Amino acid sequence: MSYIAKSPWVVHYDGSSCNGCDIEVLACLTPMYDVERFGIINTGNPKHADVFLVTGSVNEQNKDVVKQIYDQMPEPKVVVAVGICACTAGVFRECYNILGGVDSVIPVDVYVPGCAARPEAIIDGVVKGLAVLQEKRDNMVKQVDEPAETYEKEEAEASEGEKSPEEEAAGETEKDQEGGKQ
Amino acid sequence: MIKMIVFIVAYLVLAPLIGGLLAGLDRKVSARMQRRAGPPVLQPFYDVFKLFEKEPLTVTKVQDFYVFIFLLFVIVSGAIFFGGGDLLLVIFTLTLASAFLIIAAYSSNSPYAEVGAERELLQMMAYEPMVLLTAIGFYLYTGSFAVGDIVSGASMPLLPLIGIFLGFTFILTIKLRKSPFDLSMSHHAHQELVRGLTTEFSGRTLALIEISHWYENIFLLGFIFLFFANGTVWGYIIGVVACILIYFFEVLIDNSFARMKWQFAFKSAWLVALILGVVNIFVLYIII
Repeated sequence: MSYIAKSPWVVHYDGSSCNGCDIEVLACLTPMYDVERFGIINTGNPKHADVFLVTGSVNEQNKDVVKQIYDQMPEPKVVVAVGICACTAGVFRECYNILGGVDSVIPVDVYVPGCAARPEAIIDGVVKGLAVLQEKRDNMVKQVDEPAETYEKEEAEASEGEKSPEEEAAGETEKDQEGGKQ
Repeated sequence: MIKMIVFIVAYLVLAPLIGGLLAGLDRKVSARMQRRAGPPVLQPFYDVFKLFEKEPLTVTKVQDFYVFIFLLFVIVSGAIFFGGGDLLLVIFTLTLASAFLIIAAYSSNSPYAEVGAERELLQMMAYEPMVLLTAIGFYLYTGSFAVGDIVSGASMPLLPLIGIFLGFTFILTIKLRKSPFDLSMSHHAHQELVRGLTTEFSGRTLALIEISHWYENIFLLGFIFLFFANGTVWGYIIGVVACILIYFFEVLIDNSFARMKWQFAFKSAWLVALILGVVNIFVLYIII
C-alpha cells in the first residue's frame, strides 16, 4: 500500500505568462474549491513537493529556474503544465525570447489546457498526475527489487539524454551552500 | 515500578497515535473554521507515510543525525514525564532536544533554514522562563519536583497556580507552533521563508520531525493535565477534558490571529511570565 497519492504536496511556479493561470491555481486553495480535501498542500518548497505545477511558458531567463526547481524535488515527482502557455507557449509562441512550453526544458506528465485553465480542470490535472505519481513510485520499488542490469536499461529508455536528477540536485545544493556562506 | 514502566510504554506507543489524530482533528477543525471541508482526519498519517516513501535527499549527512537525536530526546523527555520523573529534568531534556533541531537547521547552511533557526532560538528565549516558573510553582505547592508526587497530590493545583496556568497556556501557543507565534516554522504559511526551520529537510527526515511533534504535543498537554490532577479518577477525567479544551482553544487562536513579529512574541511572553508567573509564585510563597 502506497500513500504517495493520498498526500500530494504541490510546488507552483509561474513562468512568463499573463498570471491568469497563476491566479486560478491559487483559487484551487480557497474554501470554494478546497484542494486540501485531497491532502494537497501548497508548499512553496521544492524539497517538500511531489507535484510541480507550472503555469506560463519558458523563456531564456526562467529556464534555469524551472530546471532547478525540478531537480530539487525528490523522487517520485510529477510535472503538471497548467494552461495553454505552459503546454505549447500559446500566444507567446513566436516571441523572440520564448523557448516553448514547459516540456522544452523538463519532462511533463500531465497537460492541462485552457486560457486561463479553470480550477476544476487544474484539480482534474493534479488528480490525473496522482496516477502517474503512483506508477513512478511502483517503478521505484521495482527498481530496488530487481537486479541492476534491467533497471539501468529501463532507466536509459525512460530518460533519454536526461541527466540523473540525483546528481544534479547534489550539484545544486552545493551551489546553494556556497551562496549561503557568502 | 511496574506502573511506571506501563506508563512509559503506553506513552511510547500511544503518543504518536493520539498526537497524529490530534493533528488531523486540528486540520479538520481549522478547515471548518475557514468554511472548508478539510482533509481526512488521518491525513497527518498519510503525510508521514508518504514522506517515508520519498527519495532521501540530504544536504549534509549530519543533519539527519541531529534530527534523529532531536526525536530521541523528545521521546526521552516525554518518557521521564510519564514515568513520573523530575519535572526540571523533563524541561532540560526538552530544551536539549530543541537545541539539536536548531543545530540541524544550521548545519544545512541554507539561508532560509538559518533564519528559521534564529527565530527558533528567539522563541526558546521567549518561552523558557515561563516553563521554569511552572516547575517552580508545582514545587512550591506540592513540595516536590517529581511528576508522580504532583499527580497523586491531595488537591487540584489549578486555583493556587491559576496565574501560572494562564501563563503556561500563553506560551503553549509558541510551543505548539500556532499563530500568532509560529515564527520559525508554521503548518500553514508554507511560503514564508520557504519553510523556515525545515526548509532543507525532506523525505524521512521531515517525517521524523513530524513524529517528534506528535510526541511533543502530547506531553506538553501533559503539563496542562498536571494542573487538574488530584489523585482521584475525577481529576483524571477533568484533566483530559481540559487538555482537549485547551487544544481547541489554541486552534481557535491559531485561526483568528495573524503572525506577529518576534519582538512582540518575546516581550509578551516575558511580560506574561513576569506578571502572571512571578506574582503567582510570590503569592503562593506568602500563603504557604
